[in-house]
Amino acid sequence: MKADIRVALVGNPNTGKSTLFNVLTGLNQKIGNFPGVTVDKKVGYSKLPDGRVAEVVDLPGTYSLYPKSQDESIVFSVLADRANALSPDLVVVILDATSLKRNLLLYSQVADLKIPVIVALNMMDLAKKSGIDININLLAQNLGVPVVPIAARKQEGIDELKQAIAIANKVAMQVDSIDVRSIAPQLIESISNELNIGNPYFALQLAHQHETLKFLSTEQSDRIEALEKEHGFHSQKAQGAETIARYSAINDLLYDTVKTPSTAQDETISNKIDKVLTHKVFGFIIFFAILMFMFQAIFTWASYPMDLISQAFVWLENTLHKTLPAGPLVNLLADGIVAGLSGVMVFIPQIAILFAFISILEDTGYMSRVTFMMDKLMRKVGLNGKSVVPLIGGFACAVPSIMSTRTIENWKDRMITIMVTPLVTCSARLPVYTLLIALVVPNKNIWWVFNLQGLALTGMYVLSLVSAVIVAWVFKYILKSRERGYFIMELPVYRTPRWKNVAFSMYERSKAFVLQAGKVIIAVSIVLWVLASYGPGNRFAQIDAKYSQPQYTKTVPHDQLDRDIATAKLENSYAGVLGHSIEPVIRPLGFDWKIGIALITSFAAREVFVGTMATIYSVNGDADNIQSVQEKMHQAKNTQTGQPVFTFAVAFSLMMFYAFAMQCASTVAVVYRETKNWRWPAIQFAYMTVLAYAASFVAYHLLK
Amino acid sequence: MKLSQLQVGEKGIVKEFTDLEMSVKLMEMGCLPGEEIRVDRIAPLGDPIAINVSGYQLSLRKREASTIILHK
Repeated sequence: MKADIRVALVGNPNTGKSTLFNVLTGLNQKIGNFPGVTVDKKVGYSKLPDGRVAEVVDLPGTYSLYPKSQDESIVFSVLADRANALSPDLVVVILDATSLKRNLLLYSQVADLKIPVIVALNMMDLAKKSGIDININLLAQNLGVPVVPIAARKQEGIDELKQAIAIANKVAMQVDSIDVRSIAPQLIESISNELNIGNPYFALQLAHQHETLKFLSTEQSDRIEALEKEHGFHSQKAQGAETIARYSAINDLLYDTVKTPSTAQDETISNKIDKVLTHKVFGFIIFFAILMFMFQAIFTWASYPMDLISQAFVWLENTLHKTLPAGPLVNLLADGIVAGLSGVMVFIPQIAILFAFISILEDTGYMSRVTFMMDKLMRKVGLNGKSVVPLIGGFACAVPSIMSTRTIENWKDRMITIMVTPLVTCSARLPVYTLLIALVVPNKNIWWVFNLQGLALTGMYVLSLVSAVIVAWVFKYILKSRERGYFIMELPVYRTPRWKNVAFSMYERSKAFVLQAGKVIIAVSIVLWVLASYGPGNRFAQIDAKYSQPQYTKTVPHDQLDRDIATAKLENSYAGVLGHSIEPVIRPLGFDWKIGIALITSFAAREVFVGTMATIYSVNGDADNIQSVQEKMHQAKNTQTGQPVFTFAVAFSLMMFYAFAMQCASTVAVVYRETKNWRWPAIQFAYMTVLAYAASFVAYHLLK
Repeated sequence: MKLSQLQVGEKGIVKEFTDLEMSVKLMEMGCLPGEEIRVDRIAPLGDPIAINVSGYQLSLRKREASTIILHK
């Protein structure tokens, strides 16, 4: 879309910035990456009252322009570098009206960069409720910029904000908040002269951040470094002096414009909730009850839509076989692609429910309480309270969770979190567990409420958390720490979740899962189908010749003969040969060569397992009798012994393997991207494979 | 008197910091000299703590709280 004006949204975390972004842009947005770094870039379009279109860029939430993490460093780069592709024409700074003082710090820094600014004063409804009285006209007058009161959640003031964006000045009108030059007069002067910079605050920020800014050349950065030495610049002291000066100016400003009652009412409600939710005993009980409820819900709520999807695909496979003329292409379509796809599609309900829960927990503010409660415990094993979010996010998918570890400022804590996050049971393992548990664990209730299958699944989740903790503890002693860790975090007041955001997150994540996993699975399904349908040399011809001899055609019943031929062909196909070649290695785990094929293909992505099983057993079965994957696997018999393939021991051994093995190409890629070093994904892959083999071996031999 | 020595519900006014690096981070979040701080809660396991400062709630570890010196 062609945009007439580019607007950047800037604000503290928890100010309703994402809500405002969603309200301004609707579903008209896309998520990408900022160039050069792996930070989510959200861009959307908004139609202004005068008919022009504004491109809206949602910048990561931050408390100041001094970055504490990679995410936050984006804000200054985008705002200050006029050559940046996203450099805005106008900045909308979102301020939380209930916490104006702290919010104004970021505003005053942004304003001093002298980019045209508008203030969106959010949460006006909450501020009014708690008796905070803001003289908006005077505030606007003293700041020198338009101030638009809004309540983004209630969609109040949005039209006025759009109007303000439309008529905004093209030149910066804001009043200077502090005398920036007085912080480091000579240094600011020298940097401004040498780099030809007109804005003193930009020059000062370059002095602070030149080492990490990508738009500076090495020579420029070295020159700034030399100037700092020359003028005796101390970054932390200068930042401290600046912060104090800014807050002093903010206090003066607020003294005239804002009247706050002695205790904010909203705060006490939040405090009352916290007395229960972070209680010594109830706090933990509630946390585990929520997790338990989440997993039970994933299992029970999702089962009905999952059955529907599964039946729809069986019907489609059946119809394809009946209506189209028989031949290799139809087989590829029905047994390869459709069977493989059904394996993925069926898990959409579970993934949607999981993401609904995670987004509700984050939205309400509960997730930061979990961080608060767990920090001490997490620190004991070498993690950090902030590791809880990636670890819980790991229940959904390790890829975004590993990206979310960027909020952990401490290098060692972050590395350990990255190393153990893939151990947490992700949604891609869910299909594998669901299938195997349904296969060998009876669907019965014990003590009236607990479903046995649900308990087995909960067990797998608990196991994954316990293993993550143990591995983290081991890494704590292996890794050397680089800097001291700290934990200073806002506890936002409790809010009711924004159901639109929850729905949007369910939709976005399910879509991403289907598109990303779907591509891999279709590709794997096609390759697999070809590998399973053709064999090396003239082996297939020999099988046909063997079974056409009278000793078979006369004595063996017709359908039995077809099945024998199909089995013999699969065993002699390329896939069969491959599976057989790794069989000696996996035999001690209770796996046969067919499972071997699934293991190999699963290294692309875990959920491929189900599709692979579907494809393998479709090739093996007869086309007139199409069943769901589960039925096919249930009936699978060992060709030599006649015993079922998927016994209790084999199923659990397989689950152990999937619990520990790093079978996810995307995770390997994202770990490399986040650590910038192949050593980390390599170590991770190695330790997880060893764990997987050992756990599988033990499980099989204990349960056999 | 250090912030880490306050009990739940007790208040104090920030006097100074004993750690420069930590002070920069704390001041950004609104913990400035002259600002009143109230301890709202202590985490179930005894650490970190939650404080009320300039109208919102902030959590920090006891070790970090011990770098904040209060008037008292």
